[in-house]
Amino acid sequence: MAETISLEVFRYSPERDAEPSFQRYDVPLRKDWVVLDALNYIKDKVDGSLTFRWSCRMGICGSCGMMVNGEPKLTCATFLSNYAREQGPLRVQPLRYFPVIRDLVVEITDFMTKLQSVKPWLIRGKEKPISEGEYLQTPEQLDRYKQFSMCINCVLCYSACPVYGLDPVFIGPAAIALAQRYNMDSRDEGAHERMDILAQHEGIWGCTFVGECTKVCPKHVDPAGAIQQYKLTATIERFKSFLMPRGAK
Amino acid sequence: MDISYHDVLLVGGGGAGLRAAIAVAETNPNLSAAVVSKVYPMRSHTVSAEGGAAGVIRPGDTLDDHAYDTISGGDWLCDQDAVEIFVKEAPEELLRLEHWGCPWSRDSDGRVAVRAFGGMKNMRTWFAADKTGFHLLHTLFQTTFKYKSVTRYDEWFVTRLLVDEGRVQGVVALQLMSGRIQAITAKSVILCTGGCGRVFPFTTNASIKTGDGMALAFQAGVPLKDMEFVQYHPTGLPFTGILITEAARSEGGYLINKDGYRYLQDYNLGTPTPQPVLRNMELGPRDRLSQAFVKEVEKGRTTDTPYGPVVHLDLRRLGEKVINTRLPFVRELCLKYENIDPIKELIPVRPVIHYMMGGVHTDNDGATPLAGLYAAGEVACVSINGANRLGSNSLPELLVFGARAGKAAALAAMEQKPPSERVVSQALDEKLRLEQQFLRKTGGRERIATIRSEMHKAMENGAGIYRNQTSLQKAADKLRELRERFREVSLDDHSLTFNTELLAALEQSFMLDVGSAIVESALHRVESRGAHQRTDFPARDDRNFLAHTLIFNNSDGSTRVKPAPVVITRWPPAERVYGVQSEVKQTAAR
Ligand SMILES: Cc1cc2nc3c(=O)[nH]c(=O)nc-3n(C[C@H](O)[C@H](O)[C@H](O)COP(=O)(O)OP(=O)(O)OC[C@H]3O[C@@H](n4cnc5c(N)ncnc54)[C@H](O)[C@@H]3O)c2cc1C
Ligand code: SF4
Ligand code: FES
Repeated sequence: MAETISLEVFRYSPERDAEPSFQRYDVPLRKDWVVLDALNYIKDKVDGSLTFRWSCRMGICGSCGMMVNGEPKLTCATFLSNYAREQGPLRVQPLRYFPVIRDLVVEITDFMTKLQSVKPWLIRGKEKPISEGEYLQTPEQLDRYKQFSMCINCVLCYSACPVYGLDPVFIGPAAIALAQRYNMDSRDEGAHERMDILAQHEGIWGCTFVGECTKVCPKHVDPAGAIQQYKLTATIERFKSFLMPRGAK
Repeated sequence: MDISYHDVLLVGGGGAGLRAAIAVAETNPNLSAAVVSKVYPMRSHTVSAEGGAAGVIRPGDTLDDHAYDTISGGDWLCDQDAVEIFVKEAPEELLRLEHWGCPWSRDSDGRVAVRAFGGMKNMRTWFAADKTGFHLLHTLFQTTFKYKSVTRYDEWFVTRLLVDEGRVQGVVALQLMSGRIQAITAKSVILCTGGCGRVFPFTTNASIKTGDGMALAFQAGVPLKDMEFVQYHPTGLPFTGILITEAARSEGGYLINKDGYRYLQDYNLGTPTPQPVLRNMELGPRDRLSQAFVKEVEKGRTTDTPYGPVVHLDLRRLGEKVINTRLPFVRELCLKYENIDPIKELIPVRPVIHYMMGGVHTDNDGATPLAGLYAAGEVACVSINGANRLGSNSLPELLVFGARAGKAAALAAMEQKPPSERVVSQALDEKLRLEQQFLRKTGGRERIATIRSEMHKAMENGAGIYRNQTSLQKAADKLRELRERFREVSLDDHSLTFNTELLAALEQSFMLDVGSAIVESALHRVESRGAHQRTDFPARDDRNFLAHTLIFNNSDGSTRVKPAPVVITRWPPAERVYGVQSEVKQTAAR
């Protein structure tokens, strides 16, 4: 008999259950299996009603985030064997701080609205016609925002963020990182516009730079760095706007 | 029954769907465009494309060169008028993406950088490190936020097309979160649902690539084209099917067998050189490389693993610096998913299913024979890919033809009247079907996972890299049996909230249809061309088969096949040659 590992999986169906519960499953412990493979094993062989999201199984689509033993993780990039020696079963739960739709699936509408609100697209005063070719951008200029452009929208950072946990209005790490991604892009001219939007969200000043978001980010986006960067620029901008009416640049 | 009204409906929010949505908004901002997608658009499979997107921008490269590479790569089954449109519009589309913020990799002077790619004679592949598809998709997605006329239906699954009075009038869709089933009507519908790699067991394709759009069109009587052409990618990681991009080879990686020998030299792919040479050896086309692998297995020169035989990709000679700067994602994938460090170790690889050349039959504007219905992206077959797609051609394809289809569908929608009353009753019928067949049914004997794995085996054994009459017939019989047994499927999950098992069932039924179309088309083509290799008919037969295969679904569930002509403009069929002789022969062929 091959080795097995026990999983304790969060179950909740709004149609059936008054309260969430945990269900225990034993699955084969294979060296090359990630947590997601175990969930798929359960769904295929044991219980077809277990509900979770996944797609690429290569850490790029951003859909398979869950709490694994209390930490936000991409389950397709988390080997089961890392937990083999730990006491007790492996706990798999939906991402924290988001409403649960069912089992391991959470509602991320809030994040989508926030993402959209920071205008994450290239803003220019004047568009250059396609016939004139590309906007030049040196590799060094690219490097200034590249890290922030790596965000896969997996929202692990929201589940790690104590400020978001207390204050769901907080626009949150990934949305700020993506705003900075465009602010720092040499082709973009929309930093002012975005600044106005971000400034309405007082939440950002509540961030005490605990840096949990950066620690859990599977793509090394460093949203905490983006928030610090943003605060700095925002302070300067605010200061400037005392001295000078907006528009007089 | 709820019903909502739009002008243009995009089924799918991948690269093709989003590009089409923007084209609709730019053609006429007063039209209401709706993007319906079974996953949040930025999760679509376009996200995992790594290598790049081809488009001529450098002096010394020409549109004709790109056209020739595409046509010869496609073994002369491409429609050359479509290819000419494609190569001309690809650079414009890639530039447009640059203007929307795509972080293309740059040269030191600030210009967009290009790299070499398999089957391409000149350097013309644009890339964003090795996450090209990811950046392309996120750029498109974030750009769509700008357009107020685009509505999104995120995590809605389309179960059928609404057709009345000979034209498409919308779709029936299921909202995952609520279980609501409703009609979403529109004057034009564009299918942008991507490919169907999941019909096969080893694939680079994500779990969502189940051929839904192909099956939806097929069921509505629209023919599928060239379905027998299924591309294997020669270098996938064995267990996960994760793709190791061709860029790893164009940077100078070697493919070696168990004796450490660069075996490609034995298969007419040129002679080994220390530095990579375009169209030579490791940079030969995908179909040839995958076929060489099978021959190596037969010769017993591969290495056995728990996931079958493998060969190895050797990147060690490139050194840490090149690997970390040019191929960081490749290293990340190897470390994270196979626990292998390419700086020090060989990477085990095998051919895996990668791309569908075939798809819904369309013209150069994405229009299908069914009025109001369009298709673009991997789901469609225009055809620019012919019998074998060249790497880095499909991202620009989905931009070029996504944009064209979006525009054409928008213009057509402006001329159309609102949907007919009868679609409401059709939608009600569909709702009833879903409830009776799946949600309320108990006691069926079959599990979806069993049907799926039997289908996988049938497809791999019957319609893999090499096929013949016997293997294909066996697969066809098996699929017929599985379609019967599918009626006996019952679900564990009968709830309405986020019922992923219901989705898996619907996808499984789509895959059985698409799998059959692949097998039936392959039976029909008794020649070998590009990715379709018949051991019983090993030669290309231009006299009888320089033609597309159109397959139709009859109302009784049987199929019929009809050939359609290939458009030849300036490049008469010639032999496909790679390696050192290719230059000479190509000049001769022109
Ligand atoms: C690993 C990998 C690497 C690749 N690398 C390259 C490369 O370097 N260069 C290149 O040119 N090409 C590459 N390709 C190919 C290319 O990425 C794909 O062909 C292309 O992205 C397909 O895009 P699409 O928009 O047609 O479909 P997808 O991006 O697959 O999108 C399909 C959309 O349809 C939706 N959908 C499907 N069915 C339904 C339904 N029933 N109801 C509602 N919505 C539905 C999905 O939600 C999704 O939004 C690669 C492919 C793979 C697998
Ligand atoms: S910043 Fe990192 S953790 Fe947060 S959503 Fe983006 S990729 Fe995920
Ligand atoms: S399944 Fe795509 S990120 Fe995990």
